[in-house]
Amino acid sequence: MSVAELVSLAEAIERTVKDGDSVALEGFTHLIPFAAGHEVLRQGRHELELIRMTPDILYDQMIGVGAARKLVFSYGGNPGVGSLHRFRDAIEHNWPHAIAVEEHSHAGMANRYVAGASKLPFAVMRGYTGTDLVAHTRVKPITCPFTGEQLTAVPALNPDVAIVHAQEADRDGNVQLWGIPGVQKEAVLAAERAVVTVERIVETLEPRPGGVVIPGWVIDYVAEAPGGSQPSYALGITERDNDFYREWDVISRDREQFLAWMNTHVLSAVSA
Amino acid sequence: MTGQDAPLAPTSGVGGTQSTSGAEAFTSGELQTIVAARSLSGKRSCFIGVGRPSTAALLARMLHNPRLVLVYESGTIGAKPYHVPLSIGDGELAETADLVVSVPEMFNYWIGPGRVQVAFLAAAQVDPRANLNSTVIGDYEHPGTRLPGAGGAPEIATGCDEVVVIVPHSRRTFVEKLDFRTTSGDRTTLVITDLGVLEPIDGELTLTTLHPGVTVEQVLQDTGWELGVLDKLGVSAAPSAEELEALRELVAR
Repeated sequence: MSVAELVSLAEAIERTVKDGDSVALEGFTHLIPFAAGHEVLRQGRHELELIRMTPDILYDQMIGVGAARKLVFSYGGNPGVGSLHRFRDAIEHNWPHAIAVEEHSHAGMANRYVAGASKLPFAVMRGYTGTDLVAHTRVKPITCPFTGEQLTAVPALNPDVAIVHAQEADRDGNVQLWGIPGVQKEAVLAAERAVVTVERIVETLEPRPGGVVIPGWVIDYVAEAPGGSQPSYALGITERDNDFYREWDVISRDREQFLAWMNTHVLSAVSA
Repeated sequence: MTGQDAPLAPTSGVGGTQSTSGAEAFTSGELQTIVAARSLSGKRSCFIGVGRPSTAALLARMLHNPRLVLVYESGTIGAKPYHVPLSIGDGELAETADLVVSVPEMFNYWIGPGRVQVAFLAAAQVDPRANLNSTVIGDYEHPGTRLPGAGGAPEIATGCDEVVVIVPHSRRTFVEKLDFRTTSGDRTTLVITDLGVLEPIDGELTLTTLHPGVTVEQVLQDTGWELGVLDKLGVSAAPSAEELEALRELVAR
């Protein structure tokens, strides 16, 4: 087994993300890989199928500059604040262009990642009952072969690329994250190629309460990106910038203001 | 959702902000939060999102149910935040939780098998059978308003024993027919609004309790269908001084 290569953020993205890829930049309200997502935009990648349970500000930015052709998700909101205006503008008014949408429930998306990580074709669950989602998404009824119970099958999710952020990695690319773990481990194991950005490289990973370790030999590239999940946070290292989540509501409302902000703060910024 | 709460007088229907007979004035939003907190009396565990539901659940822990287990979708079980969190992923939730689990574990081990007793849910639309819409207003393919979507709601509403819906009372919210059914209303036990409380009777939401100072006419006017009204209509108790003080102290933290 190979170990993960430690490279710069720009190199990690260059070597893994191609136009048209399905890309999961995961993080469930914690450890959201903003720096990596911004690097994808700076490198001009487009026609992406963006996958994420909770597309928040980062995906609002990626959709708003026109990098996405499709969005696969389960909840598209600015957590605790309200709407994602670029996400809404894309779906409601096809701006800057139309995007396809495939939506699920959280339980459905989580199980799709589990199936993907397990390299199984689908996962089985109790769910999607009493919801119109069934008519608009990819789920099927399935009968339990042992009890006859009617259950729901959801198709495996195997993105071309998974990108996640974590607190620490060692020099072999073994990664540890702690705090809210989301679906990052599942996303990395489900994907064809995996990139992990970290707050810092350490000599040795120390066991942490609730720590999730992802071994370097299932990761392709590890890149150091201190503060790489801001305005989200990395528990124990950075704080969630709640004010920015509120400010984004204002910045993103207007197309011109949004584009100006992206040009100044993301697209023309020097990559890490 | 906040900011439009009408001031309510605690003892009469005049709706003024002045306190009367020694009781303090309060807003309709404060009362909604306090009534939601009361609904958690004696409950074991509650699944909550951010905003008013979160405030209500923290208030319940402060006032009468200190052992109430708070479960947030982000994976934090038994969270004991001091501040009302802005997002379900706030660090304080993870730091104070009894355990922090992955999203697949949250839904497959905890929500799905019914280990969480009560769920607080919100929505953009509620229909007469308490089904909820949080997906789109208008046509699904070409929506007038794209809402955030289902999130955890469909499986939370079929996994938890009791669903309590917390929404503002208006004709925009209470509609005869949903634009999209995101979530089943089958397990809904209470709908708590800023005007009163609705409960399913023979499967159909019925006005069972009015908040003080609110009239039946007001509720009917703000409901988009011919809402049934219970003969023996109850009236919510006005917030006690202790409840109001605790709520205001919590929000000010």
